[in-house]
Amino acid sequence: MSEKEQTAVNTRKTGTNTESGRCDLTKLRVVNHSVPKVDSGSLVAGKAVYTNDLAPSDCLIVKVLRSPHAHALIRGIDTEKAKAVPGIECVFTYKDCPDKRFTLAGQTYPEPSPYDRLILDQRVRFVGDAVAIVAGTSEEAVKKALKLIKVKYEVLEPVLDFRKALDNPVLVHPEDNWRSLAPVGADNKRNLCAHQESGSGDIEAVLASCDYVIDRVYHTQANQQAMMETFRAYTYADTYGRLNVVSSTQVPFHVRRILANALDIPKSKVRVIKPRIGGGFGAKQTAVCEVYPAFVTWMTGKPAKIIYTREESLIASSPRHEMEMHVRVGADKEGHIRGIDLYTLSNTGAYGEHGPTTVGLSGHKSIPLYGQAEAFRFTYDVVYTNVMSAGAYRGYGATQGIFAVESAVNELAQELGMDPTVLREMNMVREGQIMPAYYGERANSCALDRCLARAKEMIGWEEKYPCRDMGNGKVRGVGVAMAMQGSGIAGVDTGSVAIKVNDDGFYSLMVGATDMGTGCDTILTQMAAECLDCEMSDIVVHGVDTDNSPYDTGSYASSTTYVTGRAVVKTCESLRKKICERGAEYLGCSPEDVEFDGEKVLSLANGESISRKEIGNRVMCSSNEPLSASGAFSSPTSPPPFMAAIAEVEIDKETGEVEMVDYAAVVDCGTVVNPALARIQTEGGIAQGIGMSLFEDVVYSEKGKNYSNSFMQYKIPTRLDVGTIRVEFESSYEPTGPFGAKSIGEIVINTPSPAIANAIQNATGVILRDLPMTAEKVYMEMKKAEQQ
Amino acid sequence: MEIQFVLNGKKVTADVQPDAVLLDVVRGLGCKSVKCGCETTNCGLCTVWIDGKSSLSCSVLAARVDGHEVTTLEGVEEEAAELGRFLAAEGAEQCGFCSPGFIMNVLAMMRELENPDLDEIKEYLAGNLCRCTGYMSQLRAIQKYMEAKQTEQCMEVPA
Repeated sequence: MSEKEQTAVNTRKTGTNTESGRCDLTKLRVVNHSVPKVDSGSLVAGKAVYTNDLAPSDCLIVKVLRSPHAHALIRGIDTEKAKAVPGIECVFTYKDCPDKRFTLAGQTYPEPSPYDRLILDQRVRFVGDAVAIVAGTSEEAVKKALKLIKVKYEVLEPVLDFRKALDNPVLVHPEDNWRSLAPVGADNKRNLCAHQESGSGDIEAVLASCDYVIDRVYHTQANQQAMMETFRAYTYADTYGRLNVVSSTQVPFHVRRILANALDIPKSKVRVIKPRIGGGFGAKQTAVCEVYPAFVTWMTGKPAKIIYTREESLIASSPRHEMEMHVRVGADKEGHIRGIDLYTLSNTGAYGEHGPTTVGLSGHKSIPLYGQAEAFRFTYDVVYTNVMSAGAYRGYGATQGIFAVESAVNELAQELGMDPTVLREMNMVREGQIMPAYYGERANSCALDRCLARAKEMIGWEEKYPCRDMGNGKVRGVGVAMAMQGSGIAGVDTGSVAIKVNDDGFYSLMVGATDMGTGCDTILTQMAAECLDCEMSDIVVHGVDTDNSPYDTGSYASSTTYVTGRAVVKTCESLRKKICERGAEYLGCSPEDVEFDGEKVLSLANGESISRKEIGNRVMCSSNEPLSASGAFSSPTSPPPFMAAIAEVEIDKETGEVEMVDYAAVVDCGTVVNPALARIQTEGGIAQGIGMSLFEDVVYSEKGKNYSNSFMQYKIPTRLDVGTIRVEFESSYEPTGPFGAKSIGEIVINTPSPAIANAIQNATGVILRDLPMTAEKVYMEMKKAEQQ
Repeated sequence: MEIQFVLNGKKVTADVQPDAVLLDVVRGLGCKSVKCGCETTNCGLCTVWIDGKSSLSCSVLAARVDGHEVTTLEGVEEEAAELGRFLAAEGAEQCGFCSPGFIMNVLAMMRELENPDLDEIKEYLAGNLCRCTGYMSQLRAIQKYMEAKQTEQCMEVPA
C-alpha cells in the first residue's frame, strides 16, 4: 500500500485528513482492544486440535535411530533382524536416501543457510544425529527394531570447542556436494558457515581517541525453546498420490520446499497443513522432524507419524546459537558513547540452519541502540562443530548481542562512575535519527526514552539504585537494559491475504501466516473487522494449508503483525471498493454515489440501500465474478520496536543464589493491536529470558554427549522462579505499520540477561560475562573479589 | 491385561499392556485433552484426577487405576469452561497446550484449599509448567475467577 493509500485508510478511520496520516486510536472499535483469542474456546476446553490429536489411528509409528558418537562414519549397517520384527513396515538407512543436500532452515529461497543435510548420511556429526528410520504398526515393535539394528562405526575425532573450530584439521563437512546458495562468506573446508565485516567510520581512530574504552568478552550459551508441544508431524498420500503433511510448524510454505528438496520430488507433489501449534518460539522455523514420516509415506504410500519425545526435542533439535562476543565501547569522559566494535563468534553446530543469519542480529540489533556513536564495526564468524545444530530461537541473535553490548555499556557506566540509566539517557537512539548500524534506516517511531523513564518510575530506581542490604545476609540490586528488534525481514518477508464475501455476507479471511499460539489469527481478524466496519464474528479466519492459503513466509522474524497486518489492511481496502461497486451495480447507480458502512451499501443519490447480506446472496446467483480481494505486502524497511527494562534481584551472600524480585518492562511496539495478548507475549518472553539468564543451559560431556536431555536437567522457570513481572506500553506510532503497529514477539526476550547481570553487578560488585548466571558463578566471583 | 475403571463418570473396560501408562490409555479412550509434555513428571500437562486427586498420568501405570475413578478435563467440561473464560479474557492460554492439565490442577486446588493466597496458589501450581505466558496472566485469571466464585456464593446466601 502506498503512503497515499495508507493515509486514505487512516482518513476513513478518523474522518479527518490529518497531515501525519495517523489514525485516531480513540476511534478504533476492535484494534487496540483486548479481545479473547478466536480459538480460545477450543483451547481451554482441551479439544482435539493439535497434530497428534488429529493423526489417523492407522499411521505407521516412525522413530529414528540416533548416533552415540559425536563424529563417525558408518562402515556397516545391518537391518535384517530389525526388519524381521513383526509389525515393522520398513527400515531405511543412508543407502536408501537421495544423495542431494538441502537445509532444514525455514527461510525464503535462496536460503542463506547452506545445503549441508541429507535425510540420512553416512557421516554422523553429533550425538543424536540420525542413523536409520524405522516405521511399524506399533510403538513397541519400532522400539524393539531400533535395538536390533547393528551399526559399525568408524569413530572420528570431533570438533567440540567452537573457539577451535575455524581451520581445524578435523572438518565437520568435508563433502564435495556441500553447497552455499547465498554469498554469506561460507567455506566448508574451513568449518566456516558464514563470515562478514561491516562498519561505518574509522573505528580504530575513534576508539584510540576515546577517554574510556571498555574491552570485554561475553559468552552466551545454547538454549532450548522448550515449547510444551514437542516436534511432530504426520503424513499421508491423498487421492491424487500427493504427499500431505500435517505438521506443527511455523513455516508451512517453507516446509513444502524443504520436503520437495529432501525427497527430490516436485513441490506440486507436497501439501502442508498446519493445525493448532503448542508453541514454537523459533524452534519450529526449522523442519526438525518432518522429513522422516514424509520419507516413509513417500516410499510406502502409507500414513505415518512421528512424535518426538522430550529427550529427542532436547538432543536433536534447533536451540539458540552459542556465541562469544568481543565488545569494545569507547566514550569521552562526559559519557558520550563514540564508537562500538563487536566481533561475534557463533556456534552453528553440526548443520548450518540459521547460522549465517542469526549472527547478523547480534550486531545489527544491539549497536543501533546507541544513536550518537561516530563509528562502528561489526565482524563475525560462524563455525561448524560436532554438537546438535543450532537454529532460530526468539530474539535470533539479537538476544546474544544485546547481552554483550548492554553489559559493556553497564561496565562503562561503572568505569565512568555514572548511573547506567543516565548514561543511556545521554546516548540512546531517538525518534527521527538515522541508525547507521541498522542498514542506515531512520527510527521513524521510537519511544525508547519514554520507556526508560517509565521503567525507572515503576521500579523506584531513584530509591533502589544501586542496592539495598536487607540485613539478613541478602542484598537487593537493580539493573537496567534496553533492547530492540525488527518487524519482519526487510525486502524479503511477504504476507498475503485473501478475503471473500460469502452468502449472507459473512467474510472468509484466508491467511498464510502461522498462528503458533501467539494469536495472529485473532489480531489479523481484529484488523479486518476494523477495516470492514464489522464484528469479528462476521469473519471466519483460516490458516494454513499450502493448497488453499495465500503465500506467507511464515511466522518468524517478528513479521506477522507488521507484514501480514499491512496485507490485511491493504486487502480490506480493495474489498471495500469492490463491495461498493457491486452494491452500486445492484442499486443501479454509480459507484461514486454510494457509501459502505460495513452493514449496507447506501446510495447517496436516492437514499436506497442494499445490505451486505443481500449482496453476498446476490453474488451467489448469476454472477460473472466472485466478490473477493487478495493482496500481498512486503516492506522495504523493518521498523524496530524498542524496550527498556529494570530487574530487581535479591542475592544471598552466603550462597550466591539469585532470586527474582521484580521486573519492570516498558515496550514500544507502536500501536498495541491487542493489549492482553501483547502483554502476555511480553511477560512470557521475559520469563524465558529469566531462565536463560539464571539456569537454562545445554551441557555436553567431553565426548559430546548432551547431558541436558530432560526437564530434570534442562530446567525451565516454574512460577516460583520468575518473581513479579510487570509490563506497560509506551507507544510510538509507526507510520508504515498497520494502525501504527510494530512487532512484539521477539524483542521481549532481550532485556533479562543484561538487566539481571547489571542488578547483580550493582548489588555485589561482581560482573558476570558468561551465561547462565548460576549461584555457583556468583558465589565464586564474590569469593574472588573478597580475596582481592 | 483387562482393567475396569470409571472414566469421567462412565464405566470403561480396557485391554492394556502391563507397562502402559494411564496417559496413553485415556487418550486412546478419546480423552484428547490429556497431553504429554515431558515423560518425566516435570511439566504437569498430563494432570488428571484419580479418585479426585491430581495425578500425573504419564507416570501412573494404567493397571493401577483398575477399580478407581479417573477424571479428565472432558469430565468437568462446564467448570473448565467457566475457568477457561477467565483465562481467555487475560489471553492466559496462549498456545493452549498446557491449559487442560493446568485447569485440572486449578480445579483440584479450589476443592482442596479454602481461599488460597498468592503464595499458596503459586506453590500448589508450581508443577504446571507453561512456556508461553510467564505465569502472571494465569495468576490474574485465577484471582478473578476466585473473586467471581466468591461473589456468586455470597449471592446464594439469603440476605
